[in-house]
Amino acid sequence: MTAFLQLDFAPLLAAILAGATCGLLGSFLVLRRESLLGDAITHAVLPGIVLGFFVTGARSGLPVLLGAALAALLAAAAITHLRRVARLEGGAATGIVFTGFFAAGLVLLDVTGARSVDLDVDCVLFGQMETLLWPQAEGLASLFDATALASLPRAVFMLAGVGLAVAASVAALWRPLKLLCFDAAYAQSIGLPVRLLDIALNLMLAAAAVAAFEAVGSILVVALLVAPAAAMRLITNRYNSQLLGGAGLGAGVAALGYALAGPLPAALGSAHAVNAAGAIGVLAGLVVGAAALAGRWRRA
Amino acid sequence: MITHNTLVVVLGCAALGVAAGAVGCFALLRGRALLADAMGHAALPGVVAAALLGAWWGTDPRALPPLLIGGAVAGALGLWAVQALSATGRIRQDAAIAVVLASFYALGVVGLSVVQAMPAGAQAGLSHFILGQAATMRAEDAWAAGLLAAFCLASTVALFPRLRALCFDAEFAALQGLNIRRTDAALMGLILLVCIAGLPAVGLVLVVALLVLPAATARMLNQRLPGMFMASAALGGLSGVLGALLSAGHAGWPTGAAVVLVGTAFFVASLLLRRA
Amino acid sequence: MAPLSIHHLNVFYGQTPALADICWEVPQGLTAIIGPNGAGKSTLLKAALGLIPSQGEVRFFGTTLNAARARIGYLPQRASVDWDFPASALDVVAMARTPRTRWWGALPRREREAARAALAEVGMEALAERPIGQLSGGQQQRVFLARCLAQEADLLLMDEPLAAVDAATEREIIKILQKLAATGRSVVAVHHDLASVPDIFEHALMLNGRVVAAGRVADVFTPAMITTTYGAGLAA
Repeated sequence: MTAFLQLDFAPLLAAILAGATCGLLGSFLVLRRESLLGDAITHAVLPGIVLGFFVTGARSGLPVLLGAALAALLAAAAITHLRRVARLEGGAATGIVFTGFFAAGLVLLDVTGARSVDLDVDCVLFGQMETLLWPQAEGLASLFDATALASLPRAVFMLAGVGLAVAASVAALWRPLKLLCFDAAYAQSIGLPVRLLDIALNLMLAAAAVAAFEAVGSILVVALLVAPAAAMRLITNRYNSQLLGGAGLGAGVAALGYALAGPLPAALGSAHAVNAAGAIGVLAGLVVGAAALAGRWRRA
Repeated sequence: MITHNTLVVVLGCAALGVAAGAVGCFALLRGRALLADAMGHAALPGVVAAALLGAWWGTDPRALPPLLIGGAVAGALGLWAVQALSATGRIRQDAAIAVVLASFYALGVVGLSVVQAMPAGAQAGLSHFILGQAATMRAEDAWAAGLLAAFCLASTVALFPRLRALCFDAEFAALQGLNIRRTDAALMGLILLVCIAGLPAVGLVLVVALLVLPAATARMLNQRLPGMFMASAALGGLSGVLGALLSAGHAGWPTGAAVVLVGTAFFVASLLLRRA
Repeated sequence: MAPLSIHHLNVFYGQTPALADICWEVPQGLTAIIGPNGAGKSTLLKAALGLIPSQGEVRFFGTTLNAARARIGYLPQRASVDWDFPASALDVVAMARTPRTRWWGALPRREREAARAALAEVGMEALAERPIGQLSGGQQQRVFLARCLAQEADLLLMDEPLAAVDAATEREIIKILQKLAATGRSVVAVHHDLASVPDIFEHALMLNGRVVAAGRVADVFTPAMITTTYGAGLAA
């Protein structure tokens, strides 16, 4: 039990929190046909993260979150601007913006010397769940011991904080967000603050991307954002089920994926574990495939 | 000043840029830009699988052709998966692309962690496919890139009227007798070819920019297709050259990032020029 | 107090003028906006509602758009919505009640009843729980009309309410519009079918990038005016 708590509890908790938060937000992306905005934001936050890190030397924390939020808002604004001014269709505008931001982030990594210190590209791309350790844990009692809990890795707290904030915001804005997704023009016509809601969603996305990137890496955040929501789309016709199911499925896939990454290779005789973030991403894709097949079988 | 090695890299990137610009012109007009993103990411597990197979069979795990073939197969599989998911009718193409992109990439990451456990340090070479490392380009790779550029240019020129009809008004073209599916498939094939070829140099995250940036810039500067096509190829080549030079000068800058930044600079310049 | 009065409205798409110097006052009752494709009919409604940028003055019931919002209803063209969205007919109509309630928690029963009543007015009460993707074109249009009705507005702006619906639905919608006018509300509808204008509407705005004519149908809906609005070549 102690070994589990010390080695696996924190990453598992991080994965579940990331999965639930991203799974919830993902439904908005899928419903608004903006799934690739999730892809774009997870890449576009890189320069923000690098600059935030450069300023404080800390890999997670408020400056990084602010830098990422700023980068995300800039990227979203740039995409909208390009679509209008350059008459580019959505995919091209998104592709240009996120690759530009990501490339800038990579160069900033080198220019600011951030790479040599602590932040490196592998961390950004793959995440570092394996480094989320909880050395102070000792037996089940630690779960109820405030001092022990306080020594959990910072990434877990950031995920918990962001997750809570996102859940609360979505709950408070439940009906306006539904209207925004379904018919934004109508929503504006009855006086809902559409532009503000849009910004709020983008901010939540950026926060989730940053909080989750340390756990699963930036590109796999996309998997958690889109796959649970897409799977729910294939299964349900009801808005509440879509949203809550997406969060639940996200948490479940994350937990199961993490579990499979360690014990499964061990059972197959391999001494090495498989990258947990990757396992989660693969499982997420398989779930969508299964949902697609289930939908087809049900309709047949 | 410019070493032989740098020259090789620059020429290789130039050729790649020209190919990407030529194909990207039609990819952009046909709205297939982000499918290139999906194909690039989907290629990773194929590359890793090819390396694993190679290691098992005893061939050189760093030899490029088998890795690229693996990547192409996986990329094509990814494309199929996107079409299949979109065909359910419940998921739009953007969601299908995002799911395929992320989950195939995840599979690749899983594979990388398996390769990591194997000897011969093959993993370091493989993860370069993610962000690109043109500095390791050898003379034969540059030649291959040159051949690729020639092939893509020749194909796009040969298919020009058909591609133009496809991009402008596919329905009308079909009524006039154009075989839409075959022309579309040819275009997808060319896009796949460029994506895979671009992996070692610029990496899978940024390869989509190779296709989109020169084309989008050319679009701003040209109102007619032939002009746009030539400008796109030329800009692609130029971005490749300048990007490679920049990356050669700064050891810590991945080639893909440098090429993309140059391309973005051109794009922004064209935006401002057009407004002026 | 006119439900809607427009002074010197100008709308540009890039450099091209879509609407030039529109001055118009909407009377009480049923008014049709008529004009050829590209005349700016939808643009006029969207500009008035602030959905697209414009120059000029627009006043609703003598006051600004924001102050009068609760009294304005909007029925947009159907195209922009994703019909696979997970919502039932009742869900869609209930969206009209959002500004009247808190944003979180379950919709109060009174609002649900109002939504149901609106659905009943368009004859769709039995299909309240049906997912919108499973409705026919005519049924979808009726749901959207119910949403507009559920706003309980005094002025309704409708963009092609009778487009692409079957004859039975069309008759029902016309009856609803006439009932609204009879109860003192005002309806402005972009309408495309010239032949039916005199049967349905009392007033008309003839539009082609600018105001060609505005007034009672009997006065302005004449062959001469129609020709001017549509350009020569339109058979009577």
